[in-house]
This record gives sequence, structure tokens and C-alpha cells, in this order.
Amino acid sequence: MSESAVTAESELATYSGAQAPARRRFVASGGLRIAVHEWGDEQAPPLLLAHGGFDFSRTYDVFAPLLAAGGFRVVSWDQRGHGDSEHAALYTWDADVRDALTVLDTVTCEPIPVIGHSKGGSLLTHLADACPHRVSKLVNIDGLPSRARHPDVGEHERSRLLAKELAGWLDHRRGVANAERKPGTMDELARRRGRMNPRLSHEWLLYLVAAGAQHDADGWRWKLDPSMRFGGFGPWRPEWTLLRLPGLPVPMLGFLASASEPMGWDTTEEILRPYLPPDAEIHTLPDTGHFIHIERPREVVERVLRFLA
Amino acid sequence: MIVPLRHGKVTLALHGLRTHEDSPLGSASLRGNRNPGRALLLLHGRGLRSPTAMPKRVAAWPGPIWALDFTGHGASSVPRGGGYSVEILMADADAALAHLGNVTLLGNGLGAYVALLLAGARPQQVRGAVLCDGPGLAGGGPRPVTPAVVGPMGALEVAPDPFALIELARDVRPPDYATSFVRQACQLSELERPLSVCAIERPDWLAAVVEEPGAAVTTLAEALAHYACVPA
Repeated sequence: MSESAVTAESELATYSGAQAPARRRFVASGGLRIAVHEWGDEQAPPLLLAHGGFDFSRTYDVFAPLLAAGGFRVVSWDQRGHGDSEHAALYTWDADVRDALTVLDTVTCEPIPVIGHSKGGSLLTHLADACPHRVSKLVNIDGLPSRARHPDVGEHERSRLLAKELAGWLDHRRGVANAERKPGTMDELARRRGRMNPRLSHEWLLYLVAAGAQHDADGWRWKLDPSMRFGGFGPWRPEWTLLRLPGLPVPMLGFLASASEPMGWDTTEEILRPYLPPDAEIHTLPDTGHFIHIERPREVVERVLRFLA
Repeated sequence: MIVPLRHGKVTLALHGLRTHEDSPLGSASLRGNRNPGRALLLLHGRGLRSPTAMPKRVAAWPGPIWALDFTGHGASSVPRGGGYSVEILMADADAALAHLGNVTLLGNGLGAYVALLLAGARPQQVRGAVLCDGPGLAGGGPRPVTPAVVGPMGALEVAPDPFALIELARDVRPPDYATSFVRQACQLSELERPLSVCAIERPDWLAAVVEEPGAAVTTLAEALAHYACVPA
């Protein structure tokens, strides 16, 4: 299907308060095509927004316009293999951070605020540590580390090691060359996603299908690279991520969920307290799941704008 | 002879350095010995590629000999945008396993670490892994170092991929992560010594490996002779 036809179909979907990005462009990261989405006035001060694992920029279609209305040029990108970005042969944390920097290079060389959800929050925390001269303030939305497993973080970053898990991953790798996502109706795709996002409304998930799936001859498919997979193993330990926090060189605002759910990280203020930089601001929102900015967009934006002022 | 193997979006080059027919056991099989001999699979070090001819040091191996070019190395394809990890190289080697059946692994440097991982992950199919010196044996050390972001770089698509050279020098190799693979190989392979360490250099992960039961410190010649006698 041609790009314009896809756009036309996507535009059929509406959701109260949602706005498609004002601009979309592509940048090359090591030759890989990365999709960049922007909301707000192009001349306004920029900020960088990073989505979580298995998500895509347009999951910010409600959140980002509110930030833009607060006076920012909001720049987000689809991580490799996600949304409208190219499917890569290889995926790692370092590659994602490099893609982030590539996008940032097309925006400004000055330090700017960065905001990330879940894996995106953790990626940007890493970016702030690796390139402190490029980040002015960090907002982390339920992407602060805990000792628990992170369901949306790639397989190389994990520490659990089981024979079954290893063999299962290798078996998966043997099949990825021919893997494709399961087709379905928009409703089926929304319901499937609902199993991982049980707190989000069906209406919102339907809206996401229109933005994050493509319509093939045999039905709708999520654009996400089918080689990606939950679960896995690796040498990474959560405490290594925790240890990036005490010396964090920029002011940080963090949001934590209080309701546990499948994609959640289950981080608590108690876990974080010994590691937080002295002036870090942490908010745990009552009766809120992992997708804090989708459940409470206005409340989160209000606090973010105050923090960035 | 090069056999192309698919691994995801990458085409790997598996080099046949000595066929069944040319191997000592293979020629014996022409005389009625039905055991064609288990293959020896060579895994190269960081920044290297498979040899184009059989190295003399492995000539005594009785069966066929193969060598794999990892993703972004030698005659394997070079993906765009990097993103290398040793775990993905383990899956490269597993693609060779799917083609060859049971093998004995001989890894140098980076390839030695990959051989250890695969011996733990595919304990039934890996019939011994020999760990030798070579570039990339130390990896990125036992814990993370100061993070740095490399790039952006252009799309070069040359082997060895510059992304591979950088990223595969940074992978973290905690000793207890390495030993968990040794234990898995020991528990699930039925071999008394699934690992043989010939490397002189002992980065932290390898120093921990040689302390484990099931890892013998030995010479390459002894290790190859030992695994040649292990039932297929």
C-alpha cells in the first residue's frame, strides 16, 4: 500500500484529544532509516521524547500535543524496528542510544530537555550519563530501574539465565528470517494489545492500531519487527542501571506507577531512595499503571511544564 | 566451499575447510567405516574472519572442518546501523549448528567466549568446546565502564563492520555469568569435561571458568584428541 493511502486510512481513526504529528521526516542512523515525528511550532525550544519498548512515537498523540501547547517543539523518533522506522538486523541498547543521538544531532547541538517512558526513559537516562553536554533536564516516566524484570527491555540486557530460556531464544533466532506478525482486524489487534495493556481503553488501543499497524492484503499487522520478542537473558544487572542515578549530571523528574501490570517495572520510591541524586523529584501517582502519561496526560504534562520552566 | 546460512536479515558464510571425503575418518568410511566423524567448527576472534584453508594446528582432527564468519565479518553480510552483542554471535554459531548437527567448537578470542555461551545453551549438540587465545578474549571486562556513544557513522558496509569492532570490544562479561554457562554445559551435556581451556590470557571471566569442574586446562592438541574420542 502506498504511503499516502496508509495515511488516509490512519486519519479515519480519531480519539478525543489525539493529534497526529505536525511533521514527519526520516534520518539515517548508520544507514538505517529512522522515522522522526514532531509536534508544535518548529521555532519553539525543542525537547526530545522517547517511547517505550514495543511502542512507537504516535503512542504520544495525546501527550505530545499537550507539551507542544506548553510552548515546545516536541521531537520523537520511532526506535529501530518500531513504528515507521526500518527493521534492523541487530538490536541493542547501545544502538538505540546511538539512534537517539543521531536524531538529536538533527535538532540542535545545545543541551535540551529529554522525556522518556519506560525503556525510553531508561535510554535517555543512559544518554544523559554518556552525553551530559546534550541534555539539560531529564523526565523519566516509569523507566527508572528496579531489581525486577523489565518486560520491554531487549534480551541482551537481562540477567536471568535458564537452559529453557536460552534454547527458546536460539530456537526463535533460527526462525526469525521467515517470521511475520499475525494479521487480524483492527479490533483483533487492539484486543491482543489490550492483554499487555489491560488498563488502557479499547477505544485508545483501536486508535493505536490505525497509527502503529499497516493494512496488508490479508489484514492488519503491527509494524513492529516480528524478530522482536519478550523475554530473554544476558549479563546486565539492574543495580548497574541504579548506579547511574547518584551521579546523574542533570536535574531529574521521575514518575512512578502504583498499580502493577504486565508491562510495568514495579519500581518504588523505596528501591530508588538510596540511589537518587539529592534534588531529584519523584512522584508516585495513585491508582495509575505503567502508561502514566496515557492514563493521566494532563496531570503529567502540568508537572513536566513546571519542572522545565 | 561456502555455504550461505540465513540468520534473520543476515546471510552468514559457513566455510567448508575440509569435507567428509577428505577427512581421515571420512576416507575410512569409504572403506566401510560408517561413522563420518563429527565436524569441528572454528569461531574466529574479534575483527577477523575464517581462514581460507585448513589451519595446520587442527589437521589431526579426524572429521570434517568448518569455519563461520560472524555477522558483519569476512564473507557474511554487513547489516546497517550496528547493534552487535555476543549473544547474537552465539545465535550466528547456532545457525551453523542447525546446518552441521553435533559439533566440537574451537574458538579464538571473541570466538572462545561465543563457544562457551553456545556450549551452555546447546549442551546436547556441542560436543566439547575448546577456548583459545585471540583478539577480543577480554571483551569489555566484568562490569560496565564509562558509557560512550559512538557515531553517528555513515553506512560503510565493509567487513569487518566498524560497529562490530567497537561494540564487541565493550560487551560486559561478568565471571558469574560465564560460569553459569559452564555449569549448564556440565549438567546437561553428559560430558565430563565439556570445556577445554588452552588460552594463556585469563580475563576475569576465563579465570572463573577454569576454576569450575568440567573445564580442563590443556593444550590444543590434547583437547582435539580428547573430543575426537567423544561419542558423536
